[in-house]
Amino acid sequence: MIPELGHFALILAAWVVIAQSAFGLAGPAFARERWIAAVRPAVFTQFALQTAALAALMYAFVTNDFSVQYVAQNSNSALPVGYRIAAVWGAHEGSLVLWGWILSCWTLAVALRSRSLPEAFAARTLGVLGLVSLGFVTFTLATSNPFLRLQPAAPDGRDLNPLLQDPALASHPPMLYAGYVGFAVAFAFACAAMIEGRLDQTWARWTRPWTTIAWAFLSVGIALGSWWAYYELGWGGYWFWDPVENASFMPWLVGTALIHSLAVTEKRGLFKSWTLLLAILAFSLSLLGTFLVRSGVLVSVHSFAADPTRGIFILTFLVLVIGGALALYAWRAPLLRSEAGFEFTSRESFLLFNNILLVVAAAAVFAGTMAPLISDALGLGTLSVGKQYFDPVFLLPTLPLIALAAVGLHSQWKRGRVAARRGAILTTAAIGIALTLALMLGVWGGAKLLTPIGFALGLWLIASSFVDPIDRVRRGIRLTPAIVGMAIAHVGLGVFVVSITAVESYTSERDLALAIGESGRVGAFEYRLDGLRRVEGPNYDAVRGTVTVLEAGKPVVTLYPEKRNYFVQRSVMTEADIHMQLSRDVFAALGEDLGGGRWSVRAQVRPLINYVWLAAFLMALGGIVAASDRRYRRAEGEA
Amino acid sequence: MTPRRRRLVLVLGILAGVSIAGALMLRSFNENVMFFFDPSQVAKGEAPVGKRFRLGGMVKPGSVQRAPGSLSLAFVVTDFKLDVPVRYEGVVPDLFRENQGVVAHGTLRGDGVFVADEILAKHDENYMPPEVARAIKEKHGGVMPVDPSKAAKEQAAR
Repeated sequence: MIPELGHFALILAAWVVIAQSAFGLAGPAFARERWIAAVRPAVFTQFALQTAALAALMYAFVTNDFSVQYVAQNSNSALPVGYRIAAVWGAHEGSLVLWGWILSCWTLAVALRSRSLPEAFAARTLGVLGLVSLGFVTFTLATSNPFLRLQPAAPDGRDLNPLLQDPALASHPPMLYAGYVGFAVAFAFACAAMIEGRLDQTWARWTRPWTTIAWAFLSVGIALGSWWAYYELGWGGYWFWDPVENASFMPWLVGTALIHSLAVTEKRGLFKSWTLLLAILAFSLSLLGTFLVRSGVLVSVHSFAADPTRGIFILTFLVLVIGGALALYAWRAPLLRSEAGFEFTSRESFLLFNNILLVVAAAAVFAGTMAPLISDALGLGTLSVGKQYFDPVFLLPTLPLIALAAVGLHSQWKRGRVAARRGAILTTAAIGIALTLALMLGVWGGAKLLTPIGFALGLWLIASSFVDPIDRVRRGIRLTPAIVGMAIAHVGLGVFVVSITAVESYTSERDLALAIGESGRVGAFEYRLDGLRRVEGPNYDAVRGTVTVLEAGKPVVTLYPEKRNYFVQRSVMTEADIHMQLSRDVFAALGEDLGGGRWSVRAQVRPLINYVWLAAFLMALGGIVAASDRRYRRAEGEA
Repeated sequence: MTPRRRRLVLVLGILAGVSIAGALMLRSFNENVMFFFDPSQVAKGEAPVGKRFRLGGMVKPGSVQRAPGSLSLAFVVTDFKLDVPVRYEGVVPDLFRENQGVVAHGTLRGDGVFVADEILAKHDENYMPPEVARAIKEKHGGVMPVDPSKAAKEQAAR
C-alpha cells in the first residue's frame, strides 16, 4: 500500500510541477497576478508530494518490503538500518527520486527566500525550476519507477553492493546532488533574467549566495567520493580521472568560474553575458554528468543498469534544456551590455583570466572525457584517455591559475594599482619560497621539478589569502563574512595544492610478496607480515593479515588488512587498513595467496594525503561563510 | 596606449593563450591516447609493438600461472579465436580470475608477449568491458559464451 501511495504522490507531483511552471512563466508574460500568486502554493505542494514519495520508498526499505523490486534488488534483511536508508539511492531509480526531492528542496528554499524579489522575477525563476523538475519527475515515472512490485515477492533481497556499505559513500550522492541541483537555481535565475531582458547588480547579489552554497555542496560531494575511492576501493589513490569523476569535476570547475564572474557582475556590473553563459554551462554540465553517469554510456560502479530508453530520454532532456537556454541566450544576451571599463591589472582583469583558465581546464577535461565516446560513436576505433593525458593538460592552465590567484588577491577593483602592492606580493612570495626550501631541505629532500613549483605556489597562495583580512584589521575596518569566507576558501585551495604536491612527490608504494615472518622495504619503511587468520563478520568471512610497519627498525603501527568474501553477493573485497594521521597515511592491503606460503601485500606510505580532503572541506566552509554575509540578506530586504 | 588599443592587446593575448593551450592539448592527446585491441588483432600483428595500448578479452581457462610465492603472473587473454600471452607483476584486482573479462594496459614485446603494467579493477562481477563484450559477440555471431561458474552462481543467488 505505502509504495503505491509513493508512486501516486510522484504522479501528482508531475501535474503540480506542470502547474508551477505554467503559472510561473505565463503569469508574468500575461501580467496575471492570480497566476503568479498560484506559483508558491504549487511549489509547497510539489515539495510535500516529492517528500511523500521519497518517504514511501524509505519506508519500503526500512521495513524490508521485498515485494518491491527495487528494494529486493538493493537491500537485504541482514543490512543495518542506516544502510537500508542509504540503499534508497544505492541504485538508479532511487537516486532519481533523491535528485527530484533535492530539487524540490532548493525550489522550496527559493520560494521561501524570494519574497523580497520582484514578484514577476521570482515567478519566472520558480517556473524555470518547475520545468527542470518536470523533466526529472517524468523521467523517473516513465523509465525508472522504483515502486514497481515483484510477483511473487522475493523471500529476501540481493543486498546492497558491499562497496557501497560505507558512511562516506552513503552521504556522497546527497551532497553531490545538492551541488548539481543547486546550479539549477543559478540557471533558473539566469533564464529569468534573460526572459526579462534585465540583468543588474542586484540580480548578481541574489544569485551569488545560491551559487556559492551549491558549489560548497558539490565540493564536499566530490571530496567524499574521492575519499571513499581512496580507502574503500582498496588500492589507494585519490583521483583516477575516471569519466564518472570528471563528470562531477567539470561542473565544479565551471561553477568556480561562475562564482568569480558573479563577483565581478555584482561589484562592477561587468561580464554580464559571460556570467549568464557560465550559469547555463554549469547546470548543463551537471545534467551532462547525470547523463554520462546514468545512461550506461560509461560503465562503472555508478551506471547501474544500461537501458537505452533512459539514455535517449536524458539526452533529449539535455538537448532541450541546453538548446533552449542557449537560444534564449543568443536572443537576449545582446541586450545586456556592460558599460564600465577597467584597467589592466585591476581585480577585474585577474578574475577575467581566472575565468578563462578555469574554462580552459574544464574544456581539457571535457575533451578527454568525451573523446572516447565520440570516437566510439563515429566508428573511429575504441580508445581511452587516462592520467597520461589528464595530468599535464590539467596542470597547464591550473599552475598559472594558482600564481594569478596569489597575485590577484592583492589587487583592487577598477584601478590597476597592483604595482603599489609590490611589497606585500614579494613578501608573501618570499614566505612561500622560504617555507618550500624548509620543507624540501629539512623534511623530505629533493624530488621532481614540479615539487618546488607546487609547494611555492600553494604556500604563496596561502600567505596571500591572509593579506587582505590583515590589512583590514590594521586599518580598523570590520571583517565581513564575505572577506573571511574568501580567505578560508583560498587557504583551502593553497592547502590543496601543497598536499597534492607532497602526495605526488613523496609517496612510497610497492607490491610485496611476503611469507609469515618475512618483511620488505618500501621507501624508508619496512612492512612485516606477522600472521594470517580467518575472521567472521555479520555478512562475510575474511582472511585478516597482521602487518607490522617499521621505520628505522622501530614498529610504527600494526595494520589488519582483510580480504573479505560477502555471502549474499558472493563478491570478494579488499578491505585495506590505513593508519590515518595528519602527517601521513600508512596503508596496507592484502592481495591474494601466491602459493608457497606467500601472500601479496600492497604497501603505500603517503604524506599529507588527508589534507587533500581537508582542503576541499575548507573551500566548502569558505563558501558557506561567504554566503552567510549579511549583505545578501540586506539586499533582500531592500529589493 | 588608448583604451581601445589596450582592449585589442588583451583580446589578442587571450586568443593566443587559448590557442596555445588548445595546441598543447591536442598534442598531449595524440601522444597519450590509448587504443583498444582484441586478442585476434594482436595475434595477427595489427597492434603496434612498443606503444602502450589496451588489450581486452577473457582470461583463458587454465592459463593463469604463477611462480609460487612471487608476484609474477602469466596468463592468456583470448577472444575464443586467437590468444595473446600476457605477463604481469604485482597485485591483481579482486575480480581477476579465469573465464572472466579483463582489460590490461601495457605494451607488446617483439616476441608477441603483452607486458601489462596495469590490470583493470572492476567493481561488478557481471561487468564486462563493453569493448570486450562487443569483440567477443562479433566473433560468436551474437551469442555470448556462457560462463558456467557465473550461471551457477546466479542460480544459487536466486
